[in-house]
Amino acid sequence: MARIIQYFAHPGVSASRINAALWRTTEGVDGITRVDLYAAYPRYDIDIDAEQQRLRDHDVIVLQFPLFWYSCPALVKEWIDLVWEHGFAYGQGGTALRGKTLLLAISAGGPQDAYRPDGYQHHDLRSFLTPFEQTARLSGMDFLPPYVLYGALRADPAAHATGFARLLAALRDDRLDRDAAMGLPILTHDTLPIAEA
Amino acid sequence: MSEFLLLAFLFLVGGVVAVPIATRLGLGSVLGYLLAGIALSPLLALLHVDVIAIQHFAEFGVVMMLFLVGLELQPQTLWAMRARLLGLGGLQVVLTTALLAAGMLALGQDWRIGVAVGLILSLSSTAIVLQTLSEKGLMRSDGGQASFSVLLFQDIAVIPMLALIPLLALPDLAGHGAGGHGGDAAHGSSLSLVEGLAGWQVALVTVTAIGLVIAGGMFLTRPAFRFIAAARLREIFVATALLFVIGIALLMTLVGLSPALGTFLAGVVLANSEYRHELESDIDPFRGLLLGLFFMTVGASIDFGLLAAETLPILGLALAVMAIKGGVLLLLARIFRLRGGDAWLLGLGLAQAGEFGFVLIAFAIGAAVLPPDIAPRLTLVVTLSMLLTPALFIAYDRLIRPRFDREEPREADAPEPGHVIIAGHGRFGGIVNRMLLAAGHETTVLDHSAAQLDLLRAFGVRAFYGDATRADLLEAAGIAEARLLVVAIDDPAQATALVRRIRHEHPRVHIVARARDRRHVYELYAAGAHDIIRETFDSSVRAGRSAYEALGMHPFEAERLARAFTTDDRRALAELAPLFDPDLPEQQNPAYRARARELMEAQTEALRHRGGSFRERSERGWTPPTPRDQDIAAESEG
Ligand SMILES: Cc1cc2nc3c(=O)[nH]c(=O)nc-3n(C[C@H](O)[C@H](O)[C@H](O)COP(=O)(O)O)c2cc1C
Repeated sequence: MARIIQYFAHPGVSASRINAALWRTTEGVDGITRVDLYAAYPRYDIDIDAEQQRLRDHDVIVLQFPLFWYSCPALVKEWIDLVWEHGFAYGQGGTALRGKTLLLAISAGGPQDAYRPDGYQHHDLRSFLTPFEQTARLSGMDFLPPYVLYGALRADPAAHATGFARLLAALRDDRLDRDAAMGLPILTHDTLPIAEA
Repeated sequence: MSEFLLLAFLFLVGGVVAVPIATRLGLGSVLGYLLAGIALSPLLALLHVDVIAIQHFAEFGVVMMLFLVGLELQPQTLWAMRARLLGLGGLQVVLTTALLAAGMLALGQDWRIGVAVGLILSLSSTAIVLQTLSEKGLMRSDGGQASFSVLLFQDIAVIPMLALIPLLALPDLAGHGAGGHGGDAAHGSSLSLVEGLAGWQVALVTVTAIGLVIAGGMFLTRPAFRFIAAARLREIFVATALLFVIGIALLMTLVGLSPALGTFLAGVVLANSEYRHELESDIDPFRGLLLGLFFMTVGASIDFGLLAAETLPILGLALAVMAIKGGVLLLLARIFRLRGGDAWLLGLGLAQAGEFGFVLIAFAIGAAVLPPDIAPRLTLVVTLSMLLTPALFIAYDRLIRPRFDREEPREADAPEPGHVIIAGHGRFGGIVNRMLLAAGHETTVLDHSAAQLDLLRAFGVRAFYGDATRADLLEAAGIAEARLLVVAIDDPAQATALVRRIRHEHPRVHIVARARDRRHVYELYAAGAHDIIRETFDSSVRAGRSAYEALGMHPFEAERLARAFTTDDRRALAELAPLFDPDLPEQQNPAYRARARELMEAQTEALRHRGGSFRERSERGWTPPTPRDQDIAAESEG
């Protein structure tokens, strides 16, 4: 059993189709910790000590957010800036996150074929996520391929949401085939390398 | 009665006319008073006024001044001064006395007379010097501090001098002088608690009296002042303050100690008290008037007949005395490492003889130490030296200070780094104070609830009793040097008046003001407050936000909606502020009414549409593109 923590971050929940659906669905996953980041810190007054303790207490850290301008919503950035401190996440004595796993769950408005060198976004999605990947590496964490939904403006959230719940449960029960997963550029609901229980 | 009124009238006219002219000419108030006294002297002589008796009465101003000086001086500060107090002060008295006695010997006088004259002239004028130093803002300079140490030592030294002088009695004078009026000066009175007691008993009584003053100051004053303060009657508080000072002076006199020393001690004990600023502003006017009277009597008591007859020798003696005193002080300044300008301030400032000299002269005549032919000349020397002092200060100002000011930037006498004054420490000011203290700022809290103050003091807050709307109290609390004033008092009208006055008198001070309601906001705005905070607005908005959350709204959305509401409301407030006319009730102000109605309608409109434009604006942001946009983007790329 791995200890999972899911951070959900969306500044306009009432207008969200995809991420709100994911958030509702993981309510049914037992034995994981769920945090609505914008509800916890509506005034950005992040409790650094409490957050660091939370990170220590879990093995897999899941950050779930809509892609905003090729990056995360502002509060997620603030949270990383403050919580992933020198001496905690990196640098001298900064070993608290070593050996843990970071998973991003991202919805992108752009369709899949836009995120290609010849598409109108000119890069694939992973290139935009390299800051997160390097953040994980600097902290000694495994960076799993992100769980992605393209075309999030039109897509039906249902399958993506149930896939997300399955993914978290598999991580919890160590049923995800990590080697297989690492070979994929991104994870999607229909390509999850999960050994069914 | 009419005689008293006439006298009071004469002295007041003298002061009121002469002092403003003297200060306008840059001569300082002391010289003004002295000149007024000289101008009055023929009239007083005509009326057969006993100027010396008035002078003894006016000497009480010195007692009050030392009380005030004590109030400014925490015991810790006094302790820190001890080296200078004993070293600088002690050496000054001893060296000056020795040199002057030698001079008298050289003039062919008996050594005993020499020592007595030396002692008398070694004392400087606390009244003139402290008054002038604080007038010129030099009290905090190094030279000012050194001067103060010397003066304080001299005031204390008067006590052993009173014991010493009778031992110098001349055998052939003893017959007609002894036992005379040695006691009717300020020290020792016809009433005495120590008369006829053995030495150790006197010592015991003396120590007990001083202990009484200190213990009383520490433990009795607080409950007493609190009781009086509860009555909320200004004049009773003033009366209590006077009673306190006079009581101590009386006690000291009864046991044969210097009343100035006693009240000084009481002042030091109360320097940490919450009633300090109130006491200061209550006593200060009396001190000012009495000292003024004292200086006038010095001017008026000059014996012009004698002076005219012996102008040159007496003037020469006065100058010689000042040269010797000044020389000793300059030498000591060197030894005690005072720098350029500060050394000169000490040397020039304390070169005169002082009012305690008069006291000692009277005492010495009574004790058969001074022959009758020397005493009046000595009095003239003292008076002349005091008269010349303002000239020396002017010389310091015009000749010495500019020279050293340029060389070394003056650091010591700059006002303390600006602190914060909080007027009113209720539920509002209290929180502001806690926040400022938490951020490491120095605050001075003024409040008129004694119970509240006790609590604060228990937590180590610098809190003082008093009505914060009173100008003199704010001055005593240091508004002139403050950086920030927080007006947190309950009464809206008083708050507005206070803001208006401080903006007028101290435009430099930033003002944060607590407003009762909308109308009060406008009044404070017109009065010139920099930041105006409605006392219940922010907490009400927070309550509204909690209500949103309780009804199921996402906390971040609730936060944004609350912020949007605040912004809207403040915008409306700011739009109406310029239309508001404090002299006109709102309903008689057509422009204000029209705009207020418009804003109101917009708000009802918004409510009718369940949020309407207000809600729309607050939800703007994080609006995703439409699917159609992406098609266009894809197409334009080809
Ligand atoms: C401010 C903002 C910036 C966005 N930037 C991007 C972007 O850079 N790339 C992209 O593919 N979609 C972008 N989108 C679209 C969002 O990713 C999309 O609306 C979101 O993933 C939908 O999820 P939701 O239903 O949970 O809100 C942006 C949307 C917003 C509001």
